[in-house]
Amino acid sequence: MRYLPHTREDIDSMLQTVGVKRLDDLFSMVPENCRRTADLDLPDSLTEWELNALMEDLSAGIAVSPEYKVFMGAGSYEHYIPESVSYLLSRSEFVTSYTPYQPEMSQGTLQGIYEYQTLVSGLLGMETTNASLYDGASALAESLLMAVRITRKKTVAVSRLIHPLYRRVVQTYLEPTDYHMVELPCLENGQTDFSAVDGMGDLAAVAIQSPNFLGCIENLGAVGQKAHEKEALFITCFTEPLAYGLFKNPGSQGADIACGEGQSLGIPRSFGGPGLGIFATKKKYVRSMPGRLVGKTVDKDGKRGFVLTLSTREQHIRREKATSNICTNSSLCALTAAMYMASVGGTGMRELAALNHDKSEYLKKELTKAGFKTGFDSPTFNEFVVEFPEGFKKTHDRLLEKKIVAGLSLAAFYPELPNHYLLCVTETMTKADMDELVREVKS
Amino acid sequence: MKESAGTTGLILNEPLLWEKGKKGRCGFSLPRRDVEPSPPDEDLMGEGPDFPDLSEVDVVRHYTRLSQWNFGVDTGMYPLGSCTMKYNPKINEKQARLRGFSGAHPLLPADLSQGILKLMFELEGFLAQITGMDAVTLQPAAGAQGELAGMLLIHGYLKSKGRRRSKIIIPDTAHGTNPASAALCGFRPVPVKSGEQGILTPEAIIEVMDEDTAGIMVTNPNTLGLFEENIQKIAEIVHSKGGLVYCDGANMNALMGIAHMGKMGIDILHLNLHKTFSTPHGGGGPGSGPVCVRKYLKPFLPVPRVIRKDDRYSLSEDFPQSIGKLHAFYGNFGVMIKAYSYIRSMGPENLKKASQLAVLNANYIKERLKGIFHLPYDRPCMHECVFSDKFQNKQKITTLNMAKRLMDYGFHPPTIYFPLVVKGAIMIEPTETESKETLDLFIDACQAIADEAKTDPEVLRQAPTHCKVRSLDEAAAARRPCLTG
Repeated sequence: MRYLPHTREDIDSMLQTVGVKRLDDLFSMVPENCRRTADLDLPDSLTEWELNALMEDLSAGIAVSPEYKVFMGAGSYEHYIPESVSYLLSRSEFVTSYTPYQPEMSQGTLQGIYEYQTLVSGLLGMETTNASLYDGASALAESLLMAVRITRKKTVAVSRLIHPLYRRVVQTYLEPTDYHMVELPCLENGQTDFSAVDGMGDLAAVAIQSPNFLGCIENLGAVGQKAHEKEALFITCFTEPLAYGLFKNPGSQGADIACGEGQSLGIPRSFGGPGLGIFATKKKYVRSMPGRLVGKTVDKDGKRGFVLTLSTREQHIRREKATSNICTNSSLCALTAAMYMASVGGTGMRELAALNHDKSEYLKKELTKAGFKTGFDSPTFNEFVVEFPEGFKKTHDRLLEKKIVAGLSLAAFYPELPNHYLLCVTETMTKADMDELVREVKS
Repeated sequence: MKESAGTTGLILNEPLLWEKGKKGRCGFSLPRRDVEPSPPDEDLMGEGPDFPDLSEVDVVRHYTRLSQWNFGVDTGMYPLGSCTMKYNPKINEKQARLRGFSGAHPLLPADLSQGILKLMFELEGFLAQITGMDAVTLQPAAGAQGELAGMLLIHGYLKSKGRRRSKIIIPDTAHGTNPASAALCGFRPVPVKSGEQGILTPEAIIEVMDEDTAGIMVTNPNTLGLFEENIQKIAEIVHSKGGLVYCDGANMNALMGIAHMGKMGIDILHLNLHKTFSTPHGGGGPGSGPVCVRKYLKPFLPVPRVIRKDDRYSLSEDFPQSIGKLHAFYGNFGVMIKAYSYIRSMGPENLKKASQLAVLNANYIKERLKGIFHLPYDRPCMHECVFSDKFQNKQKITTLNMAKRLMDYGFHPPTIYFPLVVKGAIMIEPTETESKETLDLFIDACQAIADEAKTDPEVLRQAPTHCKVRSLDEAAAARRPCLTG
């Protein structure tokens, strides 16, 4: 096996040094009744070339672009990824290192993550960003736990228009605790109805997503004000951070914590993972924050360098009193996001966001022209809801055969919205693709 | 000794991204605008991020230079204990990049994602086979989330039996993630000390196990690199009081094809695909932390689960006792592809051989270094061994000094100051992918450093001298945090 360098002679001489005769003798301390009695029942080893063939075969037949036109976002977005980013990302010094516990040997990762923290803070308008969490859902769950820790209150109000799968993760995290999640309902216009917040007591946080799961831009400023009136933390969640290239960012609207998924910043969809849990907050809350942080410092000669810092919050120091149990995060995905943001640049982010918005507006208009009803009136970024006529499922299935995925049915997530589909258009869709979609759904 | 790998090389300086941008540049091929602009209302619009504008060459040089300040497994030996820094096969990276995998939307209809579901289904089966457990979830995104899943499984199971317990036993050798994960689930950790032999004794468990204790979190092999020989007895004690046995399987690399975790009495076990199954660590993730369970806990696993019916795969939510969801989608599929590729490339014999050689390498290092460094538990070890700086303390040289000096010799330092039960711990995990020649060079370097500790201790205190930066002021970084530029 090419990954195992030992020759027969190596093994013999090493066994001699260790003082045992056979490799099996190394395991004498494993009690007989804890051992396997039979060999592992696994498929035989494959050569590199056989593996290639097998994996080609497994990955064939999966609906991906360019053969398929997938008008589906809902927390996972198709964006163009520059080849330079993919190429840089395969630098094995980044890929094959671990958490930078030894800063002198990890300055590449450390400066890279410091830059990530800075760029994301800029995008979100927040003061501090951590080195990443697993994904958007766990970032939201951690943000609610942090709010409970800071306020010492036990109720969190969560918009029903936060990604339904994120809310389920939150439920899982909260289940063994005595904290409660109260859901804020949806208004006719596709925004969150936060009027119920007024009557709530013991409120640790109000959490809202913008653009929300229906694609609508929320009135963050107003929700933030309400949250602060109740002395609760204002948490804004997101699944599509590119929106802040165009729309007001969470920080400017008073967010105490901004958290969500960073997949759209240069990370392939990979069937939903790995993603990038983005987590940002205000400086005053940094010591309550979960996850790793990179800070700037100097070396013995006064030269600039970077280290992991404020680690007394973390599990390897504080054990059960830590701000989170997280150890391995999504470091390489964070680095990818930084590379992507550096490549697109400030000017590019603005133009790219505008392009997403305008293309999506184009499809929205064309579908309206064709007689379909858009679900909600609020402004949207690159996703929106269409209410198709009853029985659209058949059309949707027919289009799959034509290699078009005409959005995501919302019925499973919101039973009150039958025949409503969430459609997404990014810069990867051309006008011709959209025209074809409209033609097909009409026919 | 042979000439060591450490040299200064030619390392180039590189400013921060925003110190080199210039408005008007762009490193991105902006897609063609084929629709009319239709800007949103002015009052909704923000200013957009104030990112530097860089050309593609600027970006490429920036990250290439940064990468050269990093040390990875591909650079050299990385014997970070309990992290299993084995070689990450390149062919696995290629598989994860296949368009059908990397471009797949997670909410595609099952008919359009069969290959992915099949891979996940089979990987679950492989991991069940390797561990000797009955069912597996791939959903946890890393080891610590696997631990949380394990705690939620215990909580969910006990609740289904109408029981609620408040404590959990955690040995003093446990990873910090164990108590933190338990606390997240509302369990109060009850510490137990390992015995004189460095392993848990049944007596210590009998003393703390009671009917308000949900179970135990045990790491096997433990973080001293020792096999918990009393594991079956301990499991019996815990089970007899209605508790469950959770095993932190971060160190599974010692046991593939050798031990049967189910037979040990373990109910729940997490794995780290980024340790045992060769997926890269990525400078701190993404990882993947599957959880394996005994049959009776299968109904509690996270949803959705991949199921097979007549050779067709689909995702099912129909598990009413499930603890719920831990990840927005199904976990880190990109990482699963690499682990699957690894298992298929290795086959059953090579997986077993990998474990044997990992243990051989660790024992070889232990034997060769034991006169050089103090070995607190002189017993046959598994995949890693733990030394201390006791001998060098006489010269006022610490583990930290020696770790930093190892860098000058071209090695990543071992894990240091962990486990906490050994003062000044030096925890070495060589893994099976290091050759005897490399181990010998490492041992020579350790010998040279131990000699320097006697003859020229100052050179150790000044180390490292060959890295991009010298010793960094971590205290200042924490005192006045500067977290953005």
